[in-house]
Amino acid sequence: MGMYPEIDDKLMTLEDAVRCFIKNGSQIAIGGFTVTRNPMALAYEIVRQGIKDIHLVCHSHGQALDVLIGAGCVKRLEIAYGGNGRYAPTCIRFKKAIQRGEIQFEDYSNYQMSLRFLAGALGIPFIPTKSGLGSDLINLEGFPPEIRKEKKVASKKYVVTQNPFNSWGDKVVLLPALNPDVAIMHAQYVGEEGTVRIKGLTFADIEQAKSADIVIVTCEEIVPRSFIRLDPDQNSLPPFFVDAIVKIPYGAHPTAVYTCYDYDPKHLNLYKKVADDDRTFKEYLDEWVYGVKSHEEYLEKIGSTTLFQIKANPVLGYAVGLDRK
Amino acid sequence: MADYTDNEMMALAAGRFIKNGDIVFAGTGVSILAATAAKRIYAPKAVIFFETGGIDPSLDEIPMAVADLRVMSGTCLNSGLIEAFSIVGHRKLHTIAFLGAAQIDKYGNLNTTVIGDYHKPKTRFSGSGGACDVASFASGVITFMQHQKRRFVEKLDYLTSVGWYKGGDSRKKLGLQRGGAMAVVTNLGVMKFDETTKTMYLAECYPGITIDKIVENTGFTIDVSQAVESAPPTAEELRILREEVDPQKLIL
Repeated sequence: MGMYPEIDDKLMTLEDAVRCFIKNGSQIAIGGFTVTRNPMALAYEIVRQGIKDIHLVCHSHGQALDVLIGAGCVKRLEIAYGGNGRYAPTCIRFKKAIQRGEIQFEDYSNYQMSLRFLAGALGIPFIPTKSGLGSDLINLEGFPPEIRKEKKVASKKYVVTQNPFNSWGDKVVLLPALNPDVAIMHAQYVGEEGTVRIKGLTFADIEQAKSADIVIVTCEEIVPRSFIRLDPDQNSLPPFFVDAIVKIPYGAHPTAVYTCYDYDPKHLNLYKKVADDDRTFKEYLDEWVYGVKSHEEYLEKIGSTTLFQIKANPVLGYAVGLDRK
Repeated sequence: MADYTDNEMMALAAGRFIKNGDIVFAGTGVSILAATAAKRIYAPKAVIFFETGGIDPSLDEIPMAVADLRVMSGTCLNSGLIEAFSIVGHRKLHTIAFLGAAQIDKYGNLNTTVIGDYHKPKTRFSGSGGACDVASFASGVITFMQHQKRRFVEKLDYLTSVGWYKGGDSRKKLGLQRGGAMAVVTNLGVMKFDETTKTMYLAECYPGITIDKIVENTGFTIDVSQAVESAPPTAEELRILREEVDPQKLIL
């Protein structure tokens, strides 16, 4: 028995969580949004374990997306946006991979992807929206036709049809539901009984988790039952949705976690500098991902000075006055 | 020489469109400057919100991304993407969205996806994000552009976000109930759209910018018959922008 008997069967090391649940070819939904709450420790571990042929499904993503693509883990991508704020208006390795024809990709919008996860969570096969009528998102398929029959690939990107509840030619877009193999996410807190609490914006993390077969949550802290159940209005997921829990402080670095730490401008600027060139990007991975045995060792390299600088004001949620240039 | 920058003029020119009661969908860059300037100068009762779900943040510091922790701080509510998009298109709300794009056509349709062929692009951009959604749902869209011929094009390489589609009533016929392109704010001036044909026309040139310069930098024919000179920024507008909106000079 460990320290937390109620979640003994779910509490794992980063290494075990990836080894148990993420396979070559897995369809994975990543939590977070551009520069915030990317499950980076998990992404680095996926890279270290050499997982290949991942089918990523996401709305707006940044650092984890770019590292996974850059390290050659991703074969297929359904996405709304690849960008990292001012540090990479378009994610650098994402951009290169598409321009070089190295990955299969298909574009949706943020709302559309969120609705697809919601449909998956609700157990409905598709969901209507008005978003995208007339756009090339609807007109152009990204995936080659021959993969449409494969598992986890929708037989069509969209269907545009008439609203069946009226007769005046009102058009709607039908979006195929998503049920990823695995959802990975990083939260501030998990209770010692397994309840997940995301503070700040949840993005589509909750829909993603509920739509997936397996949910891996990394967290900053495991907190007492008395704390997480004192104010249940604040909680995001009940324990039974979660399959693996990994306590990993700074597990989203260099992206931000509300009330805990800000994004790390120094590291994101370093990444921007090296990601543009294949050789320097490989050196980056060698140094920061393959070259460290654990997230702790990675954080040692980041250094305490930086970790203090990005530490968030717990009341305001971000690092006040942080040099973000 | 004028003592203000392109970004300052653009932020103010766009901010002047915002009215009290508007719900403003902001992005990053000049867009967040414009939204914050609008609220602090012209429309204190406007509400700024983000597609990520942050509603009415205090914005004591400028967010650098729509998921920046600063969009979650001092809000009335932190939610998620689905809730945010339920606001953009809500029938009871007048929502104005600020967007940016790599290319725009004369009907205000936008491309933020690729230059070149979609499958084998010369340049890949970030993609739609929430742009396609807000272009479908918002009451009006104001787009920020660098005014260059290669960006103001006859035909988009990829239509990410629908403006007035093919002009006239074609947007409505698509099934989009409201909204459309309201204005385009560039480093040279402000464009609006004809009420009937929905084609872009030149509404304002910034002080010191000639109509010829705008015509030269536009890749399609543009009506300039209604063009007037924009009011230059006042000292007070610039002070608020510099001292209150972006004191860290992250965007300005």
